[in-house]
Amino acid sequence: MINTADILETINMIRQENLDIRTITMGISLFDCVSDDPKRLCANIYDKITKKAEHLVKTGEEIEKQYGIPIVNKRISVTPVSLIGGAHKEETYIEIAKTLDNAAHALGVNFIGGYSALVEKGFTEGAKRMIHTIPEALACTERVCSSVNVASTKAGTNMDAVNMMGRIIKETALRTKNADSIGCAKLVVFANVPMDNPFMAGAFHGVGENECAINVGVSGPGVVASAIRRAGDCDLSSLADIIKKTAFKITRVGQLVATEASNRLGVPFGIVDLSLAPTPAIGDSVARILEEMGLECCGCFGTTAALAMLNDAVKKGGVMASSHVGGLSGAFIPVSEDEGMIHALEAGCLKMEKLEAMTAVCSVGLDMIAIPGDTEEAVISGIIADETAIGVANTKTTAVRVIPVYGKGPGENVRFGGLLGYAPIMDISTVSPLKFISRGGRIPAPIHSLKN
Amino acid sequence: MKAVISVTGRDNVGIIAGVSAYCAEKGANIIDITQSVLQEYFAMIMLAEIDKLTVPFAQFVDELTELGKAKGLEIHTMHEDIFNTMHHI
Repeated sequence: MINTADILETINMIRQENLDIRTITMGISLFDCVSDDPKRLCANIYDKITKKAEHLVKTGEEIEKQYGIPIVNKRISVTPVSLIGGAHKEETYIEIAKTLDNAAHALGVNFIGGYSALVEKGFTEGAKRMIHTIPEALACTERVCSSVNVASTKAGTNMDAVNMMGRIIKETALRTKNADSIGCAKLVVFANVPMDNPFMAGAFHGVGENECAINVGVSGPGVVASAIRRAGDCDLSSLADIIKKTAFKITRVGQLVATEASNRLGVPFGIVDLSLAPTPAIGDSVARILEEMGLECCGCFGTTAALAMLNDAVKKGGVMASSHVGGLSGAFIPVSEDEGMIHALEAGCLKMEKLEAMTAVCSVGLDMIAIPGDTEEAVISGIIADETAIGVANTKTTAVRVIPVYGKGPGENVRFGGLLGYAPIMDISTVSPLKFISRGGRIPAPIHSLKN
Repeated sequence: MKAVISVTGRDNVGIIAGVSAYCAEKGANIIDITQSVLQEYFAMIMLAEIDKLTVPFAQFVDELTELGKAKGLEIHTMHEDIFNTMHHI
């Protein structure tokens, strides 16, 4: 018989501490959909996605029932659209975005990722056209998510793309102004983007991937926070051990669900992304873990060290629990999606500069941060440039998902709803990096990229 | 295949009878039970073989949850694999 204490621990994790599978994401290659006829291209894309993912939602629900663990989202990621529509005009890209949105609605998935371009070294003509369509694509669709990779440790940073993305983010904010610029919540600018990330908004199905793959993202900040609370006044070595053991258990559930989904759907298992992904719900916050570790409030001095230790322990615990770990894997620090982060911001303890430092040791980057609507394009590009520098220099993924909320300024609030949460608008520096940004060109790859 | 059925709530007459009668009706063979009562609080964990279940597992889970609600109990039914995976290497 299974140990009673183990059974009660698992049930408690799920019922009281918000343990869940955050997402089962099916990655689908669209390469075989390519056609020079726009109508046929869109029809091919729709048919392929709706056929491959026909049973995704139903299967997810069945697994949820079998193991008694919530699977919050069932999602789809596709090959970066810039690669599929390279021969087409801007209007066709918009039609592709609408096709993806229609497929997502037909299948009942809440997000579909892959309206993406990879331009870390330079632009193809198709990629450039596609990036120009992002604001309109996000304005005329509901469930499509977009991302652009502008830098990598191997290639350096494409500063023309960084410059362009400042403008694209502002345009997206303007095009979706009636919904608090929500389009920007579905647009991520990356450095070192992973090819198998199951989490939105940055998910897409990378170039070297299988025809179709199942990637699973786990969650569980509440479980880690509770474990730390129960540990009491132990030293940090013991705390790291506790986090590792907890991360192991969380990730094992992810592996179980991923294997089961892969078997039932007849689709190869890709990876488990062993992330701590917060939600705006009480008891599901990464910031509160840091506070449980001993910080008075997230954002105070010591926050970066605590986060670095948390992030490392999560990976060490999780990596043995899964046969293939990938994606972003670490602790997310999205501001509007984390109840503790929102509280730290409202308390005046968490500033943009500290968030930036935290991104050097967390799993991704500056995420879901509402900034004033009148922020200059060059300032947004400056934020992106700084984040990519951190990612490129540290050989890690970094990203920027900021929302310049149209018509709103510091001190006002914005509410996106659902998992995207709400946030006070941050006051950020308005001093201009315009000349630096508009120089364009490429920041060369760092010396440690030359590993051969 | 085995399912773990956990039952918690205020103690009253016929909890085990109710759950086991339902299991018998649906073809679930109970192979182990541990239960304890702490003050007025009842906790039971039941292990049942579900290979010969006469209804789909999802329906079995839902109906047990409803049975619990009717008696003021919380009943969770989960496949044993989640516990084995989580707590054993």
